[in-house]
Order: sequence, then structure tokens, then C-alpha cells
Amino acid sequence: MDILSNLAIGFGVALSPYTLFLAVCGCFLGTIIGALPGLGPSNGVAILIPITFTLGLDATSALVLMTSVYYGAMYGGRISSILLNIPGDEPALMTTLDGYPMAKQGRAGDALVLSGVASFVGALLATIGLMLLAPSLARVAFLFGPAEYFALYLLAFCTLGGMASNNQAKAALAACIGLGIATIGVDSSSGLPRLTGGNLHLYDGIDFLVAIVGLFAIAEIFFFIESHGKGSSIGVKLDKVRIPWKDIMSTKWTMLRASGVGFVAGILPGAGASLGSFLAYMSEKSIAGDKGGFGTGVPKGVAAPEAGNNAAAGGALVPMLTLGVPGSGTTAVLLALLMTLNITPGPTLFTDRPEVVWGLIASLLIANVVLLLMNVPMVKIFVKVLMVPAWVLLPGVTMISFVGIYSLSGSYFDLLLMVAFGVLGYFLRKLDIPTVPVILGILLGGNMENALRRAMTLSDGDVTYLFSSPIAIGLWIAAIAGFVAPMFLRGLLKKPPAVTD
Amino acid sequence: MAADRIFGLVALITAVAYLAAATQIQTNMFSGEFLPKLFPYMIGTVAAICSLFMLFKPDDDPDWPPAATWINMALAVLVLAVYAVLLTPLGFILPTIFAAGILSYQISPRFVPAALSGLGLSLGLFVLFKYALGLGNIVAYRIPTPAKLWDAISILIPFVGH
Repeated sequence: MDILSNLAIGFGVALSPYTLFLAVCGCFLGTIIGALPGLGPSNGVAILIPITFTLGLDATSALVLMTSVYYGAMYGGRISSILLNIPGDEPALMTTLDGYPMAKQGRAGDALVLSGVASFVGALLATIGLMLLAPSLARVAFLFGPAEYFALYLLAFCTLGGMASNNQAKAALAACIGLGIATIGVDSSSGLPRLTGGNLHLYDGIDFLVAIVGLFAIAEIFFFIESHGKGSSIGVKLDKVRIPWKDIMSTKWTMLRASGVGFVAGILPGAGASLGSFLAYMSEKSIAGDKGGFGTGVPKGVAAPEAGNNAAAGGALVPMLTLGVPGSGTTAVLLALLMTLNITPGPTLFTDRPEVVWGLIASLLIANVVLLLMNVPMVKIFVKVLMVPAWVLLPGVTMISFVGIYSLSGSYFDLLLMVAFGVLGYFLRKLDIPTVPVILGILLGGNMENALRRAMTLSDGDVTYLFSSPIAIGLWIAAIAGFVAPMFLRGLLKKPPAVTD
Repeated sequence: MAADRIFGLVALITAVAYLAAATQIQTNMFSGEFLPKLFPYMIGTVAAICSLFMLFKPDDDPDWPPAATWINMALAVLVLAVYAVLLTPLGFILPTIFAAGILSYQISPRFVPAALSGLGLSLGLFVLFKYALGLGNIVAYRIPTPAKLWDAISILIPFVGH
């Protein structure tokens, strides 16, 4: 009953008229952000962080707002998948496989509502899983010393690299870029500047928000200039939206299984929501067999990836909150938000600041209910948003990014740096080098190095200390396996081809 | 092939330069001789190995855009950089009209809609940020002295082309 009393604390913090209002705003914004092609949860949350920061919201309100945006974006990703055959974000990719064919059969409304319900089920079950699992994992995390933490960070980079790219060298290089950037600035122990090239602007280090907004939002402009904003017109008609009870009932077991699969995938550090929706879709496909008709627009093919994707989004919060190691790109951005609010995730968070953790969990539950209520009747409004042409949308997003970063420091240097990150982001994505490890590197580099330094100081420079406990050895083995295994599994994990017209 | 090799070479040079810079990190009695350098050494080494992999085992080339698009994208970078330095001396509205308008034109080359979206975005976002969200450091307009304007532009001169 511990959980219920904790949850009561959480709702006491998160359930006030003002925070409810913020949750509704956040869900609305988030759904739009997720729905717009090219504006996924990561950059949506990233652009909003500096603005939330300057608004002067207190920690709880900011947290409620941003988690609503986060969950909202996860919901919204499916709208453009189903209607445009363009995934609004990476995890929504699998939804296009059956969602778009279903929409072409004239069942766009059914597909949207069904995927909304599946998202709700996935997210709700994952939040419950988070409540049950996170406190016990937090207790285990107390056993972690610097050697274990170093291995854990390594594990996050390795699994993320293994999953995120088709080429391990590129993924590792991306992580190194991020970690290298994190080392720039005044050194924590000597107080002397490091690797700044004598540039005074770099003494503070490079703000991860500048890098995130640059890599995600600014880079997007170049892709739109390249494509001239083509391919963003709605090709299917959306008639009256009804609730397809029959489909919902017939896919209930699919949703439950997919939520379980997605949640487990989300917990793995570095794996995240894309893997969750992928595994959920593939496992349902093999359960249904050839007669299931996956890929032709069956309800199960819509429900499975959406439930898996949203369950993974919840699962990814488990390692983020208990260990401070995010499980996906978007949770990395949420981690950035927590750090901006001066909240340090980790095992101590559960004992020292229970109101933050349980407030966050309560706001996830609130956001989830708000989203379900909002998405079914209001889906037509969100569809209208998709009609905003790219030549208004992209300049708008750019200007919002500039204002956001400008309001952080008011310095032209950060803005120029952001543009440079945008250019870097374009080339990285063109060359199939994942950008999420770069972000994670900038974000976690400082902690990872501190863990290493503490380990070296404790052991007086003895390298074997890094492998001295069973937990550390286990993490090292998992890290190496996570990095190497995808090379052999690549043939097995091949993504099914997207539907083409 | 070529793209990965070029990027691998650039990454290798950067990694070596990073390692060289890491050897020059200043230390003192608080930090000890080696600890501030250890992590940079590790990163630099791993990065160098990875770039060698990219050099010798490149993937297939991505589809690069045609030359005209490159010019467009370079122009976009220039517009964004100029916008970044002019935001302080000129205020929000005027630079935003031009920056948003030009970007809009680049995505869809029609003059009137682009001009309108620049104007609309500039005024709309200004009202949103200033009055709805209350962001303090956004100023509608400033009339700079020529010297200040030159100061702002001259920031870019060593940066051009990055």
C-alpha cells in the first residue's frame, strides 16, 4: 500500500486546477508537435525547455507541462503516420505499415481512434509498471559505486549505438563527439579551463540545449530546403469519426502483449521507443501468422506498434529516474529538463524528493487521461494542423528555436553555435550517423567522467577497480554484448519495407 | 563511399587534434597530473579508431542534393548566422521578417506567400513571446548606431564558411 500513499502524495502535488490547465495545454501542444512531420518529441521538448525556463514556472508545474508535451508527442506521431504515410517521429514508423493502408480503405477515422486507445493502454500499463518497478530498482541503485556507474553509462552508449545505427563505428563516433563536447569548459577539479581554445565563451562549456535544438530543429530546415517541403499533403479522406468498439475489443490481447513487450524494450538503457514499437509489431505479426494479413491494414497492425511505442516511452523513464541514465533520445531530453530544474535523477531522488517523483508519475497518469479524452473528439482539429504548409511551419519553428535559445543567455554566440550544430546535424543524418548518442554524450559526459575520476581516485589509479564488483562485470558484459550483438542480429532485425503508393 | 571517407578523414584529423589539445590541458595540485587528461584521452582514442573504420570500411553514399540546393542551403546558413548576430542590435521584428521570409522562400519559392509568412510570423511570434509568454529579453526594435551594426556583423567575419 506504499504505492497508493505515495501516489496520493503525487496527486496532491500534481492535481490542482492550474497544473491541470498546464497538462491540457501541454497535451494539446505535444500532440501537434508529434503530428507535424519532422518535429518529433525530442525537438519539441527541446525547443520548449528554454521557454519554460524563462517563464519562471516552478519545478512541479514545469514537469507537468513537459511530461504532457512528451506523452502528447508520442500520441501525435501516429496521426501523420496514418494520414500521410510519413512517421511524425521515429517510433511511429511501424504505425505507417498498417495505419496508412487502413486509412486508404476509407477507415482513417477508425485507425486514428483505435491507435489512440492503443496508445492509452500502452502508456497506462507502462506508468503502472513504472510505479511498481522504479522504487525497487532505486533500492538496487544504492549499491552502485563509481565503477558501476561508469560501466552503466558505457552500457547506455553501447546499446544505444547498437540499436540506433546500422554501423557500430558511426554510432561510437557519434557518442565520442558528444562526450568530447562535454569535456569542453572549466575542469571541475582543477578549476582551469580545458580544451576551450582560449575562447572565453566556451569557459562555461556548451549548453546541451543549444546542441539539442541545433541538431534536431535547425537541421530539419536543411532537409526541408532539400525536399522543397514536398510530400506533406494529405492523400486520404477523413470522414465522420466514430468509436470502433468492435476493433477495440478484438485487439485487446494484442494491446496487452504489445504493452508488455514495449515496456521491457523501453527499460533497456539506450534502446527506447523505436525498438519497443518494432518488437511489438514483429511479435504480433508472428503470432498472427500469414493469415493475420499484417501490412494490409488490419486493426491489430495499428494497435500493436502504438501500444508498444507508448509503453516503451513509459518504460524508458525507469532507468532515467532511478539511475539517471535515459533509455531513449526523448528521455535524454527529459533528463535535460530535470537537470535544468536542478533535479538530479538517481536513487536518492526517490528518498530525498518523493514529491518530485510521484508528482511526475501522477502527472503522467493525468496527461494520459487528458490525451485520450482530447484525442478522440478532437482528432479533426489535429488533422487540420497537418495542413499548415511547410513554408510557414519550418520558418516558424526556426524562429521559436532562436528565441528559445536567445532567452537562455541573450548571447549571439549560443545562436551561432546552434546554427553550427544544425549544419553538423544535417551531415550526420545524411551519413547515417545517429544524432541521439551525440546528445546523450553531451548530457552524460560530465557524470561519466566524474564516475571515472572517483573510481580512479578511490583505487589510486588501479584500472582493475573498474571490474571489481559482480554488478560492474555484469554491466561491462552487457555493454559489450549490446554493442556487438546487433551486428549479427542485423539480418533478423531487418525492418519491413514501408508501404509505397 | 567518398562521403564516408571524407567524413572519416575529417573526424580523424579532429580526433588527433583533440588528443593533441588534451596533452596540453593545464593541471594543478587539486586535480593531480593525470585525471583531467584521462577521459579526453579515452574519447580521442576511441574516436580515432572509429574514424579509421569509416575511412577503410565506408558505407554507400547517400543521395546528395543537386548543386543548386547546396547554394540554397549555404544561403540559409548565412541568413541564420546574420540573423543570430543582428537579433541584439536591431531587435526582434525586422530581422525576423527577413529571416523567416527568406527561409520560407527557400522551401517554396513563391514571393508573395513567403513575404506574408515572414511578416505574419514575425509579428505573431512577437506578440506571443512578449505578451502571452512574457519573455523579458525580446525587444521589438532598436535603432543601432552604424558602429554597433558593424560590430555585430564583424563577429561573423572569422566565422564565415563554418
